[in-house]
Amino acid sequence: MSKSSATFSKSVYELMSSMRFAISLLTVLAIASIIGTVLKQNEPYLNYVLQFGQYWFTVFKWLGLYDVYRTTWFVTILAFLVASTSTCIYRNMPSMLREMRSYRELASENSLRHFQHHAEFTTHGTHLEALIQYLTEQGYRYKQRALDNGAGTLLAAKVGSVNRLGYIFTHSAIVIICLGALIDSNIPLKIEQTFGLKRIETRDIPESQVPAISRLAPNSLSFRGNVTIPEGASADVVFLNIGDGYMVQDLPFTIALKKFHIEHYSTGQPKMFASDIAILDNATGKQILEHTLTVNHPLIYDGVAIFQASFGDGGTKLKMNGWNLFSASSKPFDVNGVVNSKTKITADNQQYTLEFTDFRPFNIENTGQLPSAEQRNKDARSVMVGNAVGDKSNLHNVGPSFQYKVRDAQGQAHEYSNYMLPLLVDKRWYMLSGVRNNPGDPLHYIRFPLDQDRRLDGFMRLRGMLLDPSTHAEIARRFAASAIQGGNVPVDVRTKLADSTTKVLDLFGKGGYQALSDFIEKHIPAAERDRAAQTYLKILELSSFEAYIMAEQKAGAPAPKADEDTGWFIRDSLNSISDIFFYGAPVYLQLAEYDQVNASGLQLTRSPGENIVFGGSGLLVLGIFAMFFIRERRLWLLVKPGQVLFAMSSNRKTLDFENEFERHKQRISAIVKD
Amino acid sequence: MELTQTAPQESFFKRLSWFDWLFAAFLIGGAGYALSLYSSYMNVYDKSILLAAVGVFSILGWNWKPIRPLMIGVAVLSMFAISNYHGDLARGNQAFFLKYLFASQSAIMWMSALFIMATLSYWLSLATRSEFAAKVGSGLTWAAILMGLIGLMVRWYESYLISPDVGHIPISNLYEVFILFSIITSLLYLHYERLYNNRQMGAFVLPVISAAVGFLLWYAFDRQAQEIQPLVPALQSYWMKIHVPANFIGYGSFSLAAMVGIAYLLASKGILASRLPKLEVLDDVMYKSIAVGFGFFTIATILGSLWAAEAWGGYWSWDPKETWALIVWLNYAAWLHIRLVKGLRGPMLAWWAVVGLFVTLFAFLGVNMFLSGLHSYGTL
Repeated sequence: MSKSSATFSKSVYELMSSMRFAISLLTVLAIASIIGTVLKQNEPYLNYVLQFGQYWFTVFKWLGLYDVYRTTWFVTILAFLVASTSTCIYRNMPSMLREMRSYRELASENSLRHFQHHAEFTTHGTHLEALIQYLTEQGYRYKQRALDNGAGTLLAAKVGSVNRLGYIFTHSAIVIICLGALIDSNIPLKIEQTFGLKRIETRDIPESQVPAISRLAPNSLSFRGNVTIPEGASADVVFLNIGDGYMVQDLPFTIALKKFHIEHYSTGQPKMFASDIAILDNATGKQILEHTLTVNHPLIYDGVAIFQASFGDGGTKLKMNGWNLFSASSKPFDVNGVVNSKTKITADNQQYTLEFTDFRPFNIENTGQLPSAEQRNKDARSVMVGNAVGDKSNLHNVGPSFQYKVRDAQGQAHEYSNYMLPLLVDKRWYMLSGVRNNPGDPLHYIRFPLDQDRRLDGFMRLRGMLLDPSTHAEIARRFAASAIQGGNVPVDVRTKLADSTTKVLDLFGKGGYQALSDFIEKHIPAAERDRAAQTYLKILELSSFEAYIMAEQKAGAPAPKADEDTGWFIRDSLNSISDIFFYGAPVYLQLAEYDQVNASGLQLTRSPGENIVFGGSGLLVLGIFAMFFIRERRLWLLVKPGQVLFAMSSNRKTLDFENEFERHKQRISAIVKD
Repeated sequence: MELTQTAPQESFFKRLSWFDWLFAAFLIGGAGYALSLYSSYMNVYDKSILLAAVGVFSILGWNWKPIRPLMIGVAVLSMFAISNYHGDLARGNQAFFLKYLFASQSAIMWMSALFIMATLSYWLSLATRSEFAAKVGSGLTWAAILMGLIGLMVRWYESYLISPDVGHIPISNLYEVFILFSIITSLLYLHYERLYNNRQMGAFVLPVISAAVGFLLWYAFDRQAQEIQPLVPALQSYWMKIHVPANFIGYGSFSLAAMVGIAYLLASKGILASRLPKLEVLDDVMYKSIAVGFGFFTIATILGSLWAAEAWGGYWSWDPKETWALIVWLNYAAWLHIRLVKGLRGPMLAWWAVVGLFVTLFAFLGVNMFLSGLHSYGTL
């Protein structure tokens, strides 16, 4: 029993310290590492559900693929690597050290003759002194031994023994680095979680209400967390994102953000961002120090490193015009909001919640094109995103934008992103509003055309007129009258045209182009559909011009000119009105004024293992260079009267060694010839 | 027997020629001139790196003689180009010497053309066994390096002409590092060419540089990537200046090893065997190149983690680029273990070195193209 366990532990030891095992581990580690680069790590769980579906989401969650590098199985691979490297050191270090010290001066003549690299010379007289001098010149250290039979001397020399230290350094370095990283890892926290001592918080609740089981004491060994502080506010905690929740790490001090600065290059990319922070004593609230924190220059206080990580909105106050898109009224109403908070509005007798999510004072876009989804998803406000190289020649600041969600009484929400300033697209001015149903989707933009005063009012008046069924008959009558002029036209022709116009307007007013198209498909034979569609569009466009004249008249504005600009305006307006039916919300919010409040994103870390890791790294570099760039070579010269036996060996067979052997052979042959 | 073989070898310093000393004096003079002009703008790190550079480049030039004319050429011609600007960026398109030779974009185009010509010369030499064509290939490669380095120097200056706050070392995006890659890989190759006194490997190594040049041209003409972009805050750090070049010594070495690996595989099947160096030589170049690359890649990764500890708040974040750097590192660590400990040689290791190129390529380019993460500075 004890014998078999001894052989078992011996074979485990053999396996652990074997090359085969080490190389397999390196390979397994490399392959396991790939997973986390292919699958984006630490995303909100909802994104994974959307990506994989519920079944695979659960499978991957069980495998820990959303945070691969902290799973038990991944850490186990690392642990095996450390164990394997350690046993390897334990097994080989004694012999390595022995080798470093030894000159192998006990080598026998016979064994030297069996060396792959050896040569024999016949000589006259003794050349011992000259050979010793040669060895010294060549940088070799040597040991001299008289042969047992007294018939000669053996010079055992070597150079580059430091090479062996390379082995010890590199392999110890790997162990040291892994241990340092272990100190900084969240493994202790994971163990606490496993035993139910700590639990992650998944609810969206104020920090002060997070229960103690999800809070970590200020004296945690190590942590890496984030906190966003609005200007004028302070924080004494950071949040650690774990899985689909978070934990609250209490800090031994309080950080207050006094002011946040940002500077831009002329092209609009951020050039510098900085936070004026103050560190306050937790107990007394007294200010301990003030500091301006910038990217790449962390502040270290009380063993905690404070980094400038990102910036965002800290509760900008927004003043907006709300346009009710489906009402006949063309007057806006006032809406006030604050970023990161909610407000309620009523439209069409329905309650809606407005959730203001973000405000950006600058938007760098490729003007002349609608912003692409990709550009919109890039947030240049974090240290952790870079600047993509590409055609930036058309990039301009198009001014502020704000983001919000409109949630109906059933809890369904659409997300919007509106620009404050009009944008010039294809030589015409528009207000742009982007909408999407899901956070990951690209934004679809609706463009509201501006009238000749560059205001939204013209469009809103036309829209009110066209969406109000009670006006359709009058629009149609006027259109028919202007379209068919002259006295000798039968009355019923005009009436007929007016009737079809009313029909077209009614359809369009109920569902835009889609309603028209549905009608055509249902009632008109396939062969005539194209012609009918063209006719309807023509009627719609021309009668809309009449509607516009009426709308402007009603508002007391000057009559629109019948020119090309107005033509485009009408066409754009019709497109826009048709899009309203897919806009998802009955209200368009136009930003009128804002009072910006910034927030600074800080990252705080305590990593006592850092210096251990860097120490190990230094050792690793030393070791690698000792291993690859210092070659260990041994050289023996057996000097007997009339004969010199020369042999060389190296632990690495390289071409350099072959060349060196040849060189020494020639030189030694020359020395012993004289 | 020659006398030198028995006489004690002369000391290293005694073997230096007057030109070696002149070169060192030139470096000291240059550093002194830079200090006299700009010392008030330099901190202690800047100054110590400048002084260390004098030592490093002196020793480099003393040990590898062609470096001396190269460095002097780069310095003189870059200064000439810079003086031609009269502080006006627009002159890059007007002044004759700038427009056709030394404006950064012109110089880089020259570099590209010369690398492609060098590749063709090496191929001609391989096909016709012409030693002369191979010499022309080496000459063209040196010329390409000269133009490339001038291009980078002038680009550095041009970035300050755009605006003093935009100015930065030209190794900050994918376009710039591709130039760096071409230069470093070709310098490494020329080093081995001299060390083994064999020019035939050029026919295999230069194509990878030509491929990089092809990418560079596509990137410039299709994506206008040659435009100088300002640095985002995260990149405004001293670490960039050492992290990036160290990384590219690694990438360059690994690419070189892979290309020599291809030569090895062909030669071991008897293809071109009579025209290529012996298998042992190819094997040795492959090993040396991977060992050098591994050393520098380790340094680069450590420098990167030192920088990350300053910029991102942690020395290791398992960001895709970091992780792929680790994968590359593990790959070559395994390669070196097998070769050094098991003493394995032959086609298997050559195949592995070739596969290593794809792993390296993915870490270098693929991560930027297909994966997102912290290193998104070089997005395509």
